[in-house]
Amino acid sequence: MRAKAFIAAALAASLLSISAPARAGEDYGIGRPATSEEIAGWNIDVAPDGAGLPPGQGSVAQGAQIFADKCAACHGDHGQGKPMDALAGGAGTIATPKPVKTVGSYWPYATTLYDFIHRAMPFNAPQSLSPDEVYAVSAYVLFLNHLVPADAILDAKTLPKVAMPNRDAFVSAFTPAPGKAP
Amino acid sequence: MVRRYTNKSASRREILTGAASLAGAALAASTAEAETPTSNLPPGVPEWQQQPGAEVMSPPYGQPSPFEAGVIRRERTGGSPYPTRQAAVSLTPLQDLHGIITPNGLHYERHHGGVPAIDPAQHRLIIHGLVDRPMIFTMADILRFPATSRLHFLECSGNTQNWGKPDAALTVQDTHGLLSCCEWTGVPLKTVLDAVGVRDEARWMLAEGADSAAMTRSIPIEKAFDDALLAYAQNGERLRPEQGYPLRLLLPGYEGNTSVKWLRRLKLGEAPWQTREETSKYSWIMPDGSVRQFNFVMEAKSVITSPSGGQKLAEPGFHEISGVAWSGHGKVTRVEVSTDGGGAWSDAALQEPVLPKCLTRFRLPWRWPGGPALLSSRATDETGAVQPSREALLKQRDARSYYHYNAIQNWQVAADGAVTNAG
Ligand code: HEC
Repeated sequence: MRAKAFIAAALAASLLSISAPARAGEDYGIGRPATSEEIAGWNIDVAPDGAGLPPGQGSVAQGAQIFADKCAACHGDHGQGKPMDALAGGAGTIATPKPVKTVGSYWPYATTLYDFIHRAMPFNAPQSLSPDEVYAVSAYVLFLNHLVPADAILDAKTLPKVAMPNRDAFVSAFTPAPGKAP
Repeated sequence: MVRRYTNKSASRREILTGAASLAGAALAASTAEAETPTSNLPPGVPEWQQQPGAEVMSPPYGQPSPFEAGVIRRERTGGSPYPTRQAAVSLTPLQDLHGIITPNGLHYERHHGGVPAIDPAQHRLIIHGLVDRPMIFTMADILRFPATSRLHFLECSGNTQNWGKPDAALTVQDTHGLLSCCEWTGVPLKTVLDAVGVRDEARWMLAEGADSAAMTRSIPIEKAFDDALLAYAQNGERLRPEQGYPLRLLLPGYEGNTSVKWLRRLKLGEAPWQTREETSKYSWIMPDGSVRQFNFVMEAKSVITSPSGGQKLAEPGFHEISGVAWSGHGKVTRVEVSTDGGGAWSDAALQEPVLPKCLTRFRLPWRWPGGPALLSSRATDETGAVQPSREALLKQRDARSYYHYNAIQNWQVAADGAVTNAG
């Protein structure tokens, strides 16, 4: 008798829990915590303040060699473009009727160059360059735009400090709603 | 003479050869469309009625009639402006579509590093940054969350390049084909963000794709918590590879590029990341030389799809003028149509459903008297925004802004009925 009552009660309880509706904002218990190793492998973004830049360094001279080997075929020997985007030139043209947009003339942050080359270039083998190689080839592209000297060596400290001429022209068209975010 | 087959009397062999010859006849007819055998027209009994047709499941995944073989995505008339075919676009054939839904195989494409071939069993979404619990989700996990379906358009930021002198040869596929509309199914992003616990300091979210471009855009947190969707299905079936299979972000009303495909990572942070796609691209130069970035919402816009560039009105008389209207700000409330280049405007009928951030089909009956006509449409949305004329838009900004061209489209009808792009 007792056992029967117990089973009935357990059954009722389990039925209750089965039918309890999940509420909005509730923890559904779906997914699992991401490990720091998993996050580290994919956490490749670089912010304008340099957050996310890895240890390592590269010089303009090293970058010239990498560029000749891995970039020039698509972007031109001196980054002048053809067949793909020009990476150098166009200085002072942005506010004219015929703007020539390049890394040097248009881009507001040097950190974007590191982020983009590492994630997406060379086009045929993205994410294949080591941090040293990305620093070096970034330095070379900036050198082609006369934004760093021929003997420049870039790393996580110096890259975010490279002054980009068109930086102050950028204005955000997005106005966040006032008050606390949702 | 009337021959009749029934399922009982026809042998399997007869059915098979019948199906094969039917397919053959269809192909032959499509190559020599003009020479329709007169015996297929009344009073004759058409050949396709004289024997049973193809079996079920021929093929298992149904395809359009071979007579519709011309209804395909295309690159721009006169050649693609892109040097590669992996970082390029293909355009939706708006002139051939009916209603508001874009069939999955005709959804426009814009890729920056080609279409990855992702095994869904090996796809993961990581959410981290300013969250209480950094989490990793499998596709099976994502499919367990409570889901929803919504109809929304997607428009590429660079759709409609009418800034300069109009090219008369362009069709509506060329001018407006970076526009599609589907029913999207997935998990409201808010549901998943609530599950990981977004911290108060978070103001922006980085969305990253698993394609070779590792596409990234910074998204305002307001949008992430508003109507953003983690979409895994499109028009009832799982996403097409070129639409982000197995998982994409869908940001209703925002420029297409922000709806990051092949979504693998969301990171919460305090400030935008200033990725290449929100600095070098998808930003624009204003006449004063300043550069505007984060131009998210696609503005009120409409276009007549029939009659449109490249078509020809066969004869004077009745023709329905029909097209689509949309706004990233909400619902379309009004579409006006002019047949005399903007002199007089008439209200077109808006076909239900009229939904926010979705294509709305409009229709207006028209009697073409013959002679030249200039057809235009003008949309108004629920915020009161009215689609501008080209002149009005050019007073705000010019070809240097490239993106977000939403001015009124005009189609020139010549005296012989030929329709061309008038910008
Ligand atoms: C196979 C051809 C190819 C090679 C090799 C290549 N790129 Fe590119 N690059 C492209 C294409 C295509 C794009 C445009 C991609 C897009 O549309 O999103 C591009 C874009 C870029 C951009 C952005 C340009 C802009 O103004 O937005 C930079 C910077 C760049 N590449 C740097 C490099 C560097 C550095 C290398 C060598 C490590 C390299 N590329 C190798 C094809 C190539």
